[in-house]
Amino acid sequence: MKELLGTSIFIGLVITLGTYLIGLHLRKKFNLFIFNPLLIAISLTIGILLLFGIDYNTYNIGAQHLSYLLTPATVCLAIPLYEQFKLLKKNFTAIMVGIASGVLTSCVTIFCMALLFRLGHHEYVTLLPKSITTAIGISLSEELHGYVAITVAAIMITGLFGNIAGDILCRILHIKHPVAKGIAIGTASHVMGTAKAMEIGEIEGAMSSLSIAVAGCMTVIATIGFEWLI
Amino acid sequence: MQGLPCIFYNFAINCKNRLHSLINSWKMKYIIQFTIIIAISLIGELLNIIIPLPIPASIYGMVILFTALITGIIKLSAVKETGKFLIYIMPLMFIPPTVGLIGAWDTMQSFLVAIVVISLVSTIIVLAVSGHVTQWIIEFKERRNKR
Repeated sequence: MKELLGTSIFIGLVITLGTYLIGLHLRKKFNLFIFNPLLIAISLTIGILLLFGIDYNTYNIGAQHLSYLLTPATVCLAIPLYEQFKLLKKNFTAIMVGIASGVLTSCVTIFCMALLFRLGHHEYVTLLPKSITTAIGISLSEELHGYVAITVAAIMITGLFGNIAGDILCRILHIKHPVAKGIAIGTASHVMGTAKAMEIGEIEGAMSSLSIAVAGCMTVIATIGFEWLI
Repeated sequence: MQGLPCIFYNFAINCKNRLHSLINSWKMKYIIQFTIIIAISLIGELLNIIIPLPIPASIYGMVILFTALITGIIKLSAVKETGKFLIYIMPLMFIPPTVGLIGAWDTMQSFLVAIVVISLVSTIIVLAVSGHVTQWIIEFKERRNKR
C-alpha cells in the first residue's frame, strides 16, 4: 500500500485538494469559526500521512507545486490594493501611521517576549515575521535564516487567533471605525484575519487586505533593523 | 450575392466572429493574464537575486504590479480574473509548508509554549495599537475638518 501510494506525484495534490474541499464543505454546513477549512485540511492531511505511513517528502513531491504559486498569488495582492486606491488616498496618513505603529509594536513585543523566554537568535528571527502573510513570512524567514516551518506555525496560530477573535477583540477594545477595524485585523493577523474582516463588511475587508500588503512590506523593512538585536 | 449562398456566407462570417470573440473573451484572456502575472513574478525573482536585500521576490513583484496598474501600463482587465482566482486559492498554498511542521516537531517542541504565548499576546497588542492609532487619527482629522 505504502509503495503503491508513493509511486505517483499526484498523491500529494489529491490529498491537499481533497482535504481542503472537505474543510470548505464542513464550514458551509456548520458555519462555526472552529470549522476553519485551512485547519481542517492541515489536520486531515497530517492524519492521512501518519495513518498510511506516507513520507512527507513523498507527499511534497506533488504538493510543492501548489507552494510554487505563492509568489504569483502575493504579487496579485496589488490588485485589491489598486482597487481601493481612492479609500487609501483619502485616509492615507491614518492608514500608514496605523499600520506602521502595528508593525513596530509587533517587533517590539516579540523582542521583549523573546528576552523574557530567553530565546536565541535563530528562534527570535523565526518569530519576527509572524504577523504577516505566509507568502512574505516564508521568504522573509528564509532570508533571515530562521526555521521556516516554525515561522509558518507561528503565522498560522496568529492568523487562526485573529480569525476567531478579531471581531470580538475589536468590540472589547472599542475599535469602531470600519477602516480602523480592517487595519487592526489585517495588520495583526494577515490573510486569515482578512477572511473574517470580509465577513464583517466591505470596507473592513478591503482595508484588511490592503494592510496585508503594506504591513508585509513594512515588516520586511523593520526586520532589517530588528534582526540584529538578539 | 443573393439568396441561399448569401445566407451561408453570413452564417460562416457570424460563426468566425463569434469564435474570435469567444477566444478573446475567456480562453485567451486567462493565458494572457497568467503570463503577465508569472512574468512579473520572474522579474521579482531576478531582482531578489540581483539586489542584496532581504526583500522577498513577491514584494518586488507586488510593487511592480501596483506601479504598473497606477501608471496604466497594465490595465486592471489584463490581470483581474486570474489575480482574484490566485488570491482566492491562496489558503491552499499554505497547506504543504504547514504539513511540513511534522518534520520540524523535534525543533519546535522545546519552545512550543513560547511560540504560542508570544503569538497570542503580540496579536492582541498589535490589534489594539494599530486599530486605536488609525481610529484616533481619522477622528482627529474629522474633528479638525468640522471646525
